[in-house]
Amino acid sequence: MASHSQDPAHGHQQVEEHIVPVSTYLSIFVALLIATALTTWIAFQDLGNWNVVVALTIAVCKATLVVLFFMHVKYNKGLTRVVLIGALFWLGIMITFTLSDELTRHWEIYPQAWTGMIVPVMRHLLF
Amino acid sequence: MSTTATVENFPNSSAEPQENYLNARYGVRSWLLTLDHKRIGLLYLGTITLMFVVGGIAATMMRLNLLEPQGTLVEPETYNKLFSTHGIVMVFFFLVPSIPATLGNFLIPLMIGARDVAFPRLNLLSWYIFVTGCLLMLYVVFTGGIDTGWTFYPPYSSSYAHTDVFLAAMAIFIAGFSSILTGMNFVVTIHKMRAPGMTWFRLPLFIWSMYATALIFVLGTPVIAVTLLLLGVEKLLHVGIFDPALGGDPVLFQHMFWFYSHPAVYIMILPSMGVISELITAFSRKRIFGYSFVAFSSLAIAVISFLVWGHHMFVSGQSVYAGLIFSVLSFLVAIPSAVKVFNWTATLYKGSISYEAPMLYALGFIGLFTIGGLTGLFLASLSTDVHLNGTYFVVAHFHYVMVGGAVMAYMGGLHYWWPKITGRLYPDLWARFAALIIFVGFNLTFFPQFVLGYLGMPRRYAMYPAEFQSLNVLSSAGASVLAVGYVIPLIYLIWSMKYGPVVGPNPFGTKGLEWTTQSPPPTENFLRTPIVTEEAYNYETAPEPEVVRV
Ligand code: HEM
Ligand SMILES: [Cu+2]
Repeated sequence: MASHSQDPAHGHQQVEEHIVPVSTYLSIFVALLIATALTTWIAFQDLGNWNVVVALTIAVCKATLVVLFFMHVKYNKGLTRVVLIGALFWLGIMITFTLSDELTRHWEIYPQAWTGMIVPVMRHLLF
Repeated sequence: MSTTATVENFPNSSAEPQENYLNARYGVRSWLLTLDHKRIGLLYLGTITLMFVVGGIAATMMRLNLLEPQGTLVEPETYNKLFSTHGIVMVFFFLVPSIPATLGNFLIPLMIGARDVAFPRLNLLSWYIFVTGCLLMLYVVFTGGIDTGWTFYPPYSSSYAHTDVFLAAMAIFIAGFSSILTGMNFVVTIHKMRAPGMTWFRLPLFIWSMYATALIFVLGTPVIAVTLLLLGVEKLLHVGIFDPALGGDPVLFQHMFWFYSHPAVYIMILPSMGVISELITAFSRKRIFGYSFVAFSSLAIAVISFLVWGHHMFVSGQSVYAGLIFSVLSFLVAIPSAVKVFNWTATLYKGSISYEAPMLYALGFIGLFTIGGLTGLFLASLSTDVHLNGTYFVVAHFHYVMVGGAVMAYMGGLHYWWPKITGRLYPDLWARFAALIIFVGFNLTFFPQFVLGYLGMPRRYAMYPAEFQSLNVLSSAGASVLAVGYVIPLIYLIWSMKYGPVVGPNPFGTKGLEWTTQSPPPTENFLRTPIVTEEAYNYETAPEPEVVRV
């Protein structure tokens, strides 16, 4: 692609070098560290059924930051976004169809199955 | 076409053609550090051929063992390791990379008029990653093996594992990254590197199918990687993911495994469908019937293939409701598959057909793939699958698609482009003979297995009731014929690299940019960037490829 594309006017499909200041990277990095600390801390609080929800919410926020800034999706349009949306859509396929089985089995659901997951991992990693 | 004359003017058959990608540089270094997509394709070719031999030896030993009801050769434990090795090696280390990494690597830039793939370094890296995976797998095979089957179902692979499951899973994990890199590379190459005038609807259908395959690589492979990793996480950290004793769900493993592995069967068949589209048009000298239908059916297959995985799990404890959905969706995948078969046959109609070796493979493919695909529908019906699941019927079904389909097309493609790859021709009569032997041997091996499965012989056992012996002997006999069929090409193709008659740019007189450059192509593929002015397979209006050179 044209390496001389200094043109400030953003063309449609033009791939452009967007220079992200180091400070942005650093602040995202710090945000990720904080979120990781938060995950760790939350893992030791028993929120009952909310355990999974909270853990996943934090994880999704972190992933969003990585995708938008580190992977430059915020600065790229067009095909890059199609790729991203496609990937999310495919993840959706996997989850939806798997749930179509899991949710219709009429088995006894063990509430501890997934929530019980995070604490042992952390224990194992930290202690 | 000035290049044509010079290349064909070589007086004696042992003379080296002019400078090309093979003789431009010599030495081991020049191969191990090459960034040339053509050489990387050949590196892959060598690697997967070796893996094919490993998988083939395991298969031979299995068929030998099954000559007698009590088993002739190995202990049941060893038998388990044999079929696991066979499945893992053949699927992950041979068939998945087969056409994409060899013919795809070699041909995509040539067919779209590019100098190389978009990321040559990633391309080389993908080969090194693949080799690492292969070596790890071979290490596992030769230091105790693995006995879970290629599907790694827990609890065989977790609570009850007594082989090195984790290392084998890591081997596949690693090899998976080479698939991802190859897929990414192909997607970008096809989007960005097409020669002037090479619009999407002028692309050869091989490119469309490689594009669809590349999408599956990118979307599916990470999931198998994560799944196998979770298996390791559960084992090392005792986190309940798949193990009910820890609060996990073993069926979840099957969901995640097949989310990749069903699309993966289309990783194997889509490229071969692309090859067949090239072969059928080339040897009936006709445009493909319904170009855009064939092109879009590749994409349709790629998408639908992600929606049907539960058909492997009808009797796994999956809910009946989910089974119903997966069954219906599985029937849908037959539609684009059938579109292709019908369009190939329609292409043959009134074509001027010739039966060169590649065409024999192509015709074999159509018949065998149809049988394989139709028996897939038996299996996709909920009630029949309750009977057929876990029997030799399934084994026969997937060998018809994977060996009768994918491997036949791979062999056909190899024969068709061999003169382009090496600049030399193989002995034609031997090639036709081998194609015939393979067809006969294949059917003799696998057709009896449909019957065996229908009669209820389960797969993955070292022994069987005595009444099944005659059909098993038939199958083993067929396997030996098939083996001969594979060894013959191995011999004459290697022979031809040195002694085959030198050929010109277009020995079959067929269409496509790859045939407009010399054989073997120069390192930079085209001396001048080609400009494309016509659609693919334009045999009717122009007898000679009309590629204008600037
Ligand atoms: C025409 C569309 C197809 C349909 C509807 C179909 C359907 C099925 C079904 C329902 C099963 C599960 C049977 C069972 O375990 O009880 C199955 C197994 C299998 N199919 Fe297909 N299939 C199709 C095409 C293919 C293709 C193109 C390939 C490979 C190139 C393939 C490879 C396999 C393999 C490897 C298995 C067995 C996996 C295992 O249990 O080890 N199939 N197929
Ligand atoms: Cu399937």
